[in-house]
Amino acid sequence: MRLTCPLCGERDRREFYYGGDAMALERPAPDAGDVAWNDYVHLRDNPAGATRDLWYHDGGCGTWLVVERDTLTHAIAKVTPASEVAR
Amino acid sequence: MRVAGKGLYDQSRRIGFSFDGKPMSGIEGDTLASALLASGVRLMGRSFKYHRPRGVLTAGSEEPNALVTIGQGAQAEPNVRATVQELFAGLNAQSQNRWPSLRADLLSVNDLAAPFFSAGFYYKTFMWPRAFWERVYEPIIRRAAGLGALSGRHNEDHYEKAFAFCDVLVIGGGPSGLMAALTAARSGADVILADEDQRFGGRLLAETEEVDGQPGAEWAASMVRELEGMDNVRLMPRTTVTGAYDQGTYGALERVGLHRPREAHLPLECFWRIVARRAILCAGALERPIAFPNNDRPGIMMAGAVRAYLNRWGVAPGQRVAVFGNNDDAHRTARDLAAAGVTVAAVIDSRAEPGVSGDFPTYSGAQVVATRGRQGLTGLTVRHSGGTVDIGADCLAMSGGWNPSLHLTCHMNGRPDWSESLHTFVPRAGAIPGLVAAGACNGTFSTSACLSEAIAATKAAVSELGFKPAAIKAPRADGAAYRIEPLWAVEGKGRKWIDFQNDVHVKDVLLAAQENFRSVEHMKRYTTQGMATDQGKSSNVVALAVLADATGRGIPQTGTTTFRPPYSPVSIAAMGAGAQGKGFAPERFTTSDQASRDRAAPMIEAGLWYRPSYFPRPGEATWREACDREVTMVREAVGVCDVSTLGKIDIQGPGAAQLLDFVYTNTFSTLPVGKVRYGLMLREDGHVMDDGTTARLGEQHFVMTTTTAAAGLVMRHLDFVLQVLRPDLDVRIISVTEQWAQFGVAGPQAREVINSLIDAPVDHATMPYMACAPVQVGGVGGRLFRISFSGEHAYELAVPARYGESLYRLLVAQAEALGGGPYGMEALNVLRIEKGHITHAEIHGRTTAFDIGFDRMVSRKKDCVGQTSAARPGLIGPEREQLVGLRSVTPADKLTAGAHLFAGGEAAVRANDQGYVTSVCWSPTLGSNIGLAFLRNGRARHGERVRLVDHLRRIETVCEVCDPVFVDPEGGRLRG
Repeated sequence: MRLTCPLCGERDRREFYYGGDAMALERPAPDAGDVAWNDYVHLRDNPAGATRDLWYHDGGCGTWLVVERDTLTHAIAKVTPASEVAR
Repeated sequence: MRVAGKGLYDQSRRIGFSFDGKPMSGIEGDTLASALLASGVRLMGRSFKYHRPRGVLTAGSEEPNALVTIGQGAQAEPNVRATVQELFAGLNAQSQNRWPSLRADLLSVNDLAAPFFSAGFYYKTFMWPRAFWERVYEPIIRRAAGLGALSGRHNEDHYEKAFAFCDVLVIGGGPSGLMAALTAARSGADVILADEDQRFGGRLLAETEEVDGQPGAEWAASMVRELEGMDNVRLMPRTTVTGAYDQGTYGALERVGLHRPREAHLPLECFWRIVARRAILCAGALERPIAFPNNDRPGIMMAGAVRAYLNRWGVAPGQRVAVFGNNDDAHRTARDLAAAGVTVAAVIDSRAEPGVSGDFPTYSGAQVVATRGRQGLTGLTVRHSGGTVDIGADCLAMSGGWNPSLHLTCHMNGRPDWSESLHTFVPRAGAIPGLVAAGACNGTFSTSACLSEAIAATKAAVSELGFKPAAIKAPRADGAAYRIEPLWAVEGKGRKWIDFQNDVHVKDVLLAAQENFRSVEHMKRYTTQGMATDQGKSSNVVALAVLADATGRGIPQTGTTTFRPPYSPVSIAAMGAGAQGKGFAPERFTTSDQASRDRAAPMIEAGLWYRPSYFPRPGEATWREACDREVTMVREAVGVCDVSTLGKIDIQGPGAAQLLDFVYTNTFSTLPVGKVRYGLMLREDGHVMDDGTTARLGEQHFVMTTTTAAAGLVMRHLDFVLQVLRPDLDVRIISVTEQWAQFGVAGPQAREVINSLIDAPVDHATMPYMACAPVQVGGVGGRLFRISFSGEHAYELAVPARYGESLYRLLVAQAEALGGGPYGMEALNVLRIEKGHITHAEIHGRTTAFDIGFDRMVSRKKDCVGQTSAARPGLIGPEREQLVGLRSVTPADKLTAGAHLFAGGEAAVRANDQGYVTSVCWSPTLGSNIGLAFLRNGRARHGERVRLVDHLRRIETVCEVCDPVFVDPEGGRLRG
């Protein structure tokens, strides 16, 4: 598997650390309630198809990335710095 | 026997080798198989299950039968295919799976008992008694069945890994591959051409046909010469592309040292990871056998292999050769043999009207229904329209047609399509993004069509990459059509072998169907069809056809099994190259490493770091004696310990304090400059992530310490917080773990040691507990922190790493002058347990701030990571297991980490479990065994007695529950 880091270019998967579902970007407010927090911390979709997850360029620039990919074909549609997605 | 004047190699250049201890000779260019055949050896191995005598079936990497062990002792390499192993001087090959010898194998009695050993035999027979399976049945079966054996010794051989990148990867160097590589290279692309063979040319080396008016092998050589002269081409012979992976990554195994005498500096194999923007698959096709009775005798082989041995190596595999086939290749084989002067006993063509003939006896509409010869073929019986006839022959060449080598196109879950005209599977386009199949592997069988298809496919690929395709035309070549009529299995008495390597025959497949294992995946597992090291390369399609017939379905409806990487076996040593021994985990050394080793300290791993365990002194017999002494030394005098392995993160910027407030449960924005504070970090789910101290060096400048184990984790976490959760903060962070050497100095004499080395001495007023300050150490700028992990009056002194070793030696010398000295990890651990300080033994991922008694450290005045979840029901309350101290009631009674806790009279079973022990030690300070544990509602139970039970080590100890801080709970010593 290869990911194209927007800062460093196309690199082997070994340079990256997997950080789970990109839902981690959408942190609820402290008072959002148990349901919202339970969803945020524990509930994850397990899609057969398009997915969005987080990768950290550990062996490179240290940027957290949002990777849009397909769990069936393994095709990677888009890689964006998480900081741009979060805003 | 060698045919004079035939073959591509000089028959006068002879090399000696041995097979089963017998000296033999071959010629340069031989494989072990061709050399053995040339020496008249037909029997090369024994089969897996029935120990049937077997000879070589093929001339390539798909070989199921001729597996041998190369070399001796720890260097012995089992299951090497004789068809792949190149001959070299001194090669030592041994046959396998036989005892006492290849010709007289006692376990061939298995073959007589064959009626009992049908598919599913083990499942049905060894049901009872149940315990016998592991202890009796399986060991016996494993002994009786099998291929080569490993030496069982450590593998000292050298393997290598490498990475390569290219525009176009051409997989396979036959006519299609050579043409594709030249087209891509002349168009300006960076090209890698990989072929599993030692020599490029593919089938052209095995046939007598001409390309561009010259013999095929010569045309291939001229292509290689042109490619060799181009800077943008990398030729990789002896390299098998074994797998296709995501985003154009391909695995490939190169044989580097396996084809020559061992040389210490040479790796045996190199595993390549090749990244290609486009790939052209030109892997050719593999011939498939026909299932007729006793089709496995040595001397019966694939027709294409017979031509390869004859035309490439100049070897006639027999003196009287019969040919059996369902396509025109049978006749091509007979023609080549006859032209070379080998007697063709008969051509048996299953087709009623073959439409071809030659100067040899030909039987049309005929089939081989029986064969003879115990350790090698002597004759066969042919049934034809006019009856049956016995034919004497010592070699039978068979051809059931060709299967495209489409394996790689299925590596990403692609499925092939059935071709009704070719009677085989062909690859589906687009199955691997960026890869196209061309030539025989795409079901295009004539050389002429292969060349044109390769050019067209490559031109399209390079155009997509932005290259202008070179003008190139396919040379003239053989264009004969592929004519075949399907024939899978012949009726007749006797076992008709399909999978030669796993001893699966037609009846096994029929039995699977009869017992309702009708799905191809079920049949495969029930019979073990295609599950041997050759992965059914020659046999799968035949087995599938037999299953389709038995279940009354067509082949496409029956489906096909899944091809997975690797295409051919890859040694684990090659895949793991570089990761053996120390390569598995690189070593990190502190600046005090040599000084510690000079004192004979045994080093212990802490992650990748190595830290001294203890510092033995003369007269000390055990580690415990040294540890006890070091603990007492710190409590009564002073000790020095390297703490540089802790993670250090430099944090600067206007938002630095806010960042710390957000990642720590407690508040750091209120921390004055020149002060240090202990911080607790949670995960978002409310459990503890890490802890450590953070010092404020300036208004906008902090240095955070993490535990050794969590340094990387915390760095990633801080990056996530800054980039994603709090992009509003103007902060920069960087790891400075390796930039600073830092030493703990602990004990009543700690200040004396520090003051003897820093330029301006400190006292209690200038350096109270939890203060920090810049200091000069012999003119070198350093940092002094008054913090304590041991509970003693203690400091940590940091200097730039290049001064670390000399500072450590000075500190130890000063400490020794005051009755102290260095202490290691064992003493460090005892000191912190005595003080009730936690490590990752306690904050192991399932404990909360509440559990460790720090819930009041979770500030409610601000938001922080994990704050909301930490307050969740279930994470706080008396039902939680809480941190406590344990003390054995009888001081000498042992405590063990991992043991569980039970109330006095209750049975030690899971339902009664009250908690568990995390850290234990002998406390020389208290003269007792003590420990830290998590006990249900533990904080309310101080003074109670509980029973510690360790079922594994059979230990039971009555303990008293107490406060986790055993030594100086008021903190007078560390503040003093």
